[in-house]
Amino acid sequence: MIKYVGKRLFYALLTVLTLTVLTFFMMRALPGDPFIGAKAIPEATMEALNRKYGLDKPVSEQLIMYISNAFKGDLGISIKYNRPVTDIIAQAFPYSFELGMRSLIFATIVGVLLGIIAAVKRGTKWDSLAMFFAIVGVSVPSFVIGSLLQYLLGLKLYQATGIKFFPITGWDSMSSKLIPSFALSFSSLATISRLMRTSMLDVLGQDYIKTAKSKGLSQKKIIWKHAVRNAIMPVITVLGPIAASVLTGAFVVENIFSIPGMGKFFVMSIQDQDYTMISGITLFYGIFLVLANLLVDLAYGFIDPRVKLTEGKE
Amino acid sequence: MDKTMNEKIDKSRFEWVGANVNESEAITRPTTSYWKDAMQRLSKNKAAMISLWVIILILLLAIFVPMLSPYTMSEQHYAHTSQSVGFRDPDDGHLHLFGTDKLGRDIFTRIWSGARISLIISFTAVFVNVIIGIIYGGISGYLGGAVDNIMMRIIEIINGIPYLIIVILLMMVLEPGIVTMIIAYAAVGWTGMARLVRGQIMSLKQQDFVVAAKVMGARPSRIIFKHLIPNTLSVVIVNITLAIPGAIFTEAFLSYIGLGVQIPIASWGTLANDGSKVFQMYPSQLIIPAICISLTMLSFNLLGDGLRDSLDPKLRR
Repeated sequence: MIKYVGKRLFYALLTVLTLTVLTFFMMRALPGDPFIGAKAIPEATMEALNRKYGLDKPVSEQLIMYISNAFKGDLGISIKYNRPVTDIIAQAFPYSFELGMRSLIFATIVGVLLGIIAAVKRGTKWDSLAMFFAIVGVSVPSFVIGSLLQYLLGLKLYQATGIKFFPITGWDSMSSKLIPSFALSFSSLATISRLMRTSMLDVLGQDYIKTAKSKGLSQKKIIWKHAVRNAIMPVITVLGPIAASVLTGAFVVENIFSIPGMGKFFVMSIQDQDYTMISGITLFYGIFLVLANLLVDLAYGFIDPRVKLTEGKE
Repeated sequence: MDKTMNEKIDKSRFEWVGANVNESEAITRPTTSYWKDAMQRLSKNKAAMISLWVIILILLLAIFVPMLSPYTMSEQHYAHTSQSVGFRDPDDGHLHLFGTDKLGRDIFTRIWSGARISLIISFTAVFVNVIIGIIYGGISGYLGGAVDNIMMRIIEIINGIPYLIIVILLMMVLEPGIVTMIIAYAAVGWTGMARLVRGQIMSLKQQDFVVAAKVMGARPSRIIFKHLIPNTLSVVIVNITLAIPGAIFTEAFLSYIGLGVQIPIASWGTLANDGSKVFQMYPSQLIIPAICISLTMLSFNLLGDGLRDSLDPKLRR
């Protein structure tokens, strides 16, 4: 087990380091200059600015400084807002995190349930209905779902009934959080339900399910005690990548619903060529997702004893 | 007693016809190849067949509408801006099937010009992914051992970083445009294909025909490209079909947040982005590109599922 944890930690660290170096060089390769504005800047001011942001030092020194600063938790000062990037992240991230967690939890619970229903009622109209829902879910981008729900539930429903069920934008009341969370969760929900169905069908065909049946266990007990517990394993492994898609998907959903989260800042900083901000947020997202993946991997190692076994053989 | 007697069937009603040697050895059905068999199974899958026709229709529209349309994609009609679906120009009688946008451009023409761009980007990106993935996965799977280990660890590190972040970074470094978009997506999208091909090749290389080829002195490159890769083709085809919706989504997503193709070129993503700005007033301008994106993705997903079922019946659920 220690070997497994150590190996995972090592890869996580290597990934973060690669991402840091990659971000650094990408930022340097960017066309344009953050100081180019409407006005021409005098030579002396330019030099002072370059010195302030450390842009006059050799590349290798800049890289080492960048990495050591990043590991100390200093991501630099945003060129556009003139505030530390970590400050902006600390202010905006809670919104994104809440939105992401709501979507992730909703997607996991509903997706797993849909998958179970489809597998247990295999071949019936419930199965086809759930799977049709799932394939539509993976095929319709979140910005389409978001805009449509915003239009239908936010605008049309209000116009039709005169009662404001769902606000069009914002992130304060409970009702304003429902549509964005649902829009963001839709594709993950669909992925999870498809995966859960396949895995559930696989488990239901195993011999120990037959044994449980012949022991005379009730259908309910077989499904919940024997099948679901084993079938849910593959779903846990994809939670890492799904967290990544939820967080990046939030860029668009936050824009549509005017949620003051990280996605909005990220898209804006791209348009403003705010180097430190982009690299800071990229790095933050990268580290966050690597940690999420690490957590999922470790959790999997604890839950499923077979993982330890195969790792031990290597 | 009486009852059992009645139920006995008279033996004289049966007759020994003798063995017919010719007929028992005869082939009753025409022989089918693997691909023919698979296509037969596919043609029985209604959803997949409808999807295939939808895809063909979309391709035909994307090819011919911009050629045959009376309008060009950037031609403006100042007198008729933001017209609704099915608007007929009172001056020349031309029909704007999907209406016009806020600059008076014909949306029907723009949608299918956009389709060209979106489809070219996604097809090329997936094609490049497949080539890289097959070569990388083929080498890694065939050589095995330390080389395989290192190659797979590299993939693990690339996969650890969310691909959209890499694509966004690349899109900013390179000049925005069609080629950049393909490069950006191709740079990160091949890992899944490489893993898949590696897995297939690892199991295939144990088989006798590979040993036979080796014994006859075939070089590794010949074994990989002549013997192993053709056998992974069915898995690759299914994966291509399922990778295209991902590429379409990425293109639409990037264009939607303003990082994709730049004006005057339009893609489905930029059209959706334009439409979203006037969505509250003219919902059709967003809904039409949205339907196009979703319908294409849906068709490829359904076709991919159908292909997987028919090419690999063992996996059928």
